[in-house]
Amino acid sequence: MQFIKPGININFIGGRKIAFYLSIALLFISFSSLIIHKGPRYGVDFAGGTLIQVKFLSPTNIDDIKSGLDTIDMGKSSVQLFGDPEENEYLIRTDKSVSTGEGYSHKVGAALKTATGNDVDIRRVEMVGPQVGKDLREKALFAMFYALLFITIYISGRFESEWFKSGVMAGGLIFCVYSLSSFDVSIPFLIAAALVITLVLFWFLKLKYAMGAIVALLHDVIITVGVFSIFDKEFSLPIIAALLTIIGYSLNDTIIVFDRIRENLKKYHKNTLDVTINKSINETLNRTVLTSLTTLVVVITLFVLGGGIIHDFAFAMIVGIVIGTYSSIYVASPILLVWQEYEKRRK
Amino acid sequence: MKNFSWKVAVVAAVILTAFIYILPTIEMKLNGRKDPALWPYKKVNLGLDLQGGMHLVLEVDTEKAVESTMERITQEIRASIRKERIGNAVLEQIENNRILAKIKGEKSIEQFQAILDKEFTGLRILSRETNDGVLNLMMDIPDKEADNIKKMATAQALETIRNRIDQFGVSEPDIRRQGERRILIQLPGVKDTKRAKDLIGKTALLEFKLLDEANDPLEAERNEKAPPGSELLYQEREDPETRRVVKTPYLVKKRALLTGAYLTDAKVEIDSQYNEPYVSIKFDKKGARIFARVTEENVKKRLAIVLDDKVYSAPVIQEKIPGGEARITGNFTDEEARDLAIILRAGALPAPVNILEERSVGPSLGEDSINKGLNSIYIGGFLVILFMVIYYRSSGLIADLALLVNILLIAGGLAGFQATLTLPGIAGIILTIGMAVDANVLIFERIREEMALGKTPHASVKAGYERATLTILDANVTTLIAALVLFQFGTGPIKGFAVTLSLGILASLFTAIIMTRLVFDYLLINRKMKTLSI
Repeated sequence: MQFIKPGININFIGGRKIAFYLSIALLFISFSSLIIHKGPRYGVDFAGGTLIQVKFLSPTNIDDIKSGLDTIDMGKSSVQLFGDPEENEYLIRTDKSVSTGEGYSHKVGAALKTATGNDVDIRRVEMVGPQVGKDLREKALFAMFYALLFITIYISGRFESEWFKSGVMAGGLIFCVYSLSSFDVSIPFLIAAALVITLVLFWFLKLKYAMGAIVALLHDVIITVGVFSIFDKEFSLPIIAALLTIIGYSLNDTIIVFDRIRENLKKYHKNTLDVTINKSINETLNRTVLTSLTTLVVVITLFVLGGGIIHDFAFAMIVGIVIGTYSSIYVASPILLVWQEYEKRRK
Repeated sequence: MKNFSWKVAVVAAVILTAFIYILPTIEMKLNGRKDPALWPYKKVNLGLDLQGGMHLVLEVDTEKAVESTMERITQEIRASIRKERIGNAVLEQIENNRILAKIKGEKSIEQFQAILDKEFTGLRILSRETNDGVLNLMMDIPDKEADNIKKMATAQALETIRNRIDQFGVSEPDIRRQGERRILIQLPGVKDTKRAKDLIGKTALLEFKLLDEANDPLEAERNEKAPPGSELLYQEREDPETRRVVKTPYLVKKRALLTGAYLTDAKVEIDSQYNEPYVSIKFDKKGARIFARVTEENVKKRLAIVLDDKVYSAPVIQEKIPGGEARITGNFTDEEARDLAIILRAGALPAPVNILEERSVGPSLGEDSINKGLNSIYIGGFLVILFMVIYYRSSGLIADLALLVNILLIAGGLAGFQATLTLPGIAGIILTIGMAVDANVLIFERIREEMALGKTPHASVKAGYERATLTILDANVTTLIAALVLFQFGTGPIKGFAVTLSLGILASLFTAIIMTRLVFDYLLINRKMKTLSI
């Protein structure tokens, strides 16, 4: 059985202008959503606060829950349905990282039972103090930074076969980041600066494959975060894990395409670049479609069956996989073309 | 041929090892045991999110530890002043953990200097000024000493908490130090989280202080100020009828005559008269002597038993008590009395602890999560297996075999490394199922390409594996980098995800490149198959 007939020749590169506008539009929407919502919606992990997951044994009215919370001075908490409606599970979230030492969950349980007349089961309590919240935010950003660093080194070395340049790359990046950090700037700023420096270094060192891959990566991460923002979903630690996995996965994809491009450049060096790129994408199309399909099948299973926390994780993965596949074809490869055109013009 | 059998041996060895490591866990589940009974006695640990339990991060208030030390030193100096009968000497504790001493008169100054030089050489003199014959001496402890106290405070708190938890009866608690002053505690299977937190977090400073019967506590409450040398403390009692907490003020002399440090034992006993539990405590020799002296000197006066600045009771001293035993009563429930005894036995915390982070998962949620996770594995796995067979026919079966071996290897790896399986970890396993297929797809697609060029099945397989291997390694390395970073920076559940993802990638590399190749070679070379179903 074969989805894609061999010898297929879709003109992917021809559609790159449309794709470019599409990408810009998606990026713009993502940024706008983030700005409107004043940043991503941080979960308890990053913003601090208390989260209580409760399950009622029979259907309950949210208003009853809220009035119950009111009696113990938690009226300002947000109450949300969690998972399937038949499960009668709710998430209660408050900003105060209340000292949970005072029998908090018991108080909540008792108040809810009185207010709703239903038996309630406290399934989960998560309390994160502001200090720990800050620590976790920093850890998450550092994780993304180091992932970026190592991947940059690996791609530069592996792709361009220029380990020396990749060493320079890494050295330059670390040096710049260290000097910036001595100015006591905030961590997000540091990460953004590191990204800019990386891209600039790529430009100067002529590491075009690496640049294509990293730009595609950034594109994927920003749009995934943007989609999360649009759907008003919470950013928690598992979501960061999803982002890092998406980075790995998207890179996979890009590497597969790039490997083919390089192989074909050697084999068919008489062809122009855009023809070679098209050929390579078409040749790897089968594999791309198949892998995305099987991974999507698996992730959709998680999405449907996984339960609350895994559900959001799976959602991020779905978005990431779709965008990641798209970006390997329509972001990473066109950059190679743009580069070539730029180089031609310089001559 | 020699090469062939050597490779088969390696593959067989790896699979067998994984199987051996997973066997104890399987046997445990089948026989409902809690601990592995088979060699090599390793099992897959379940994270808190899967078995239920509590995760706490505490921070020791090391500043307070230094403060308390300064307080203690101040008391000791005052005691020495009294002993040597030095007149006109006043000590004051001021902010930043400093002690200000004001001594008037040459003789007193000389005597005071003498005590300092003899008994308190560790103190650092910050400044000395003489005004009108009054010596103002400001002292504190050197920075290095203060740092030492802080470090010791955390170490001591860790030990004390460990003691308390040991007596609480949690199976396999995990208590460890995190950084300079944080303590990480994981208590699997804990259901009564309030009780656990109370037990762990209580400073449990037991003090015996005389009541200030010269002044009126209610007046002090109104003025919001206690007379010098005394402090206003409260007793909290739950009214049995209204179930409301009643706070009764007591005016208590600041100086603690005896503390919990002198206890050797604390037990729960039942008062035969009221049928109520109380805690019976026993002092060591020195404590017993002090207790005897205090009770002798203060008959008919009231002695307050204070725990963490709360008055538990303030009985009247009827007579001298030489035996070094006392009772702490307070309308306890059985559980409260038991917990108090545990705390007193384990000792007081050197400084208060604050809860920075708490994550508790109830057992019902844990079980649900496991079920949901397993369902996802079954269904996701089944769909992928089915798909591979439909798309690649018999070669698809080979890929499916690789998939099953993958899961075995991951499970064996988890057991072997005593790693913890968490809910995100299960998601990681499922993810690897999807991603592992990628390696097989890369190889099979290449083989199809080669066969389309007209090569024989054997040659196609050879070329396919050769071409695809480098690409597979490349692609998986990046996901591996992401997984390793996650492992380094992730906490609990996320670490579990990184572990299964990494194991899954390594397993799929092994099965896709080495194991399936062997199967193909076996079919094509040994069985001499002429056509390849792919």
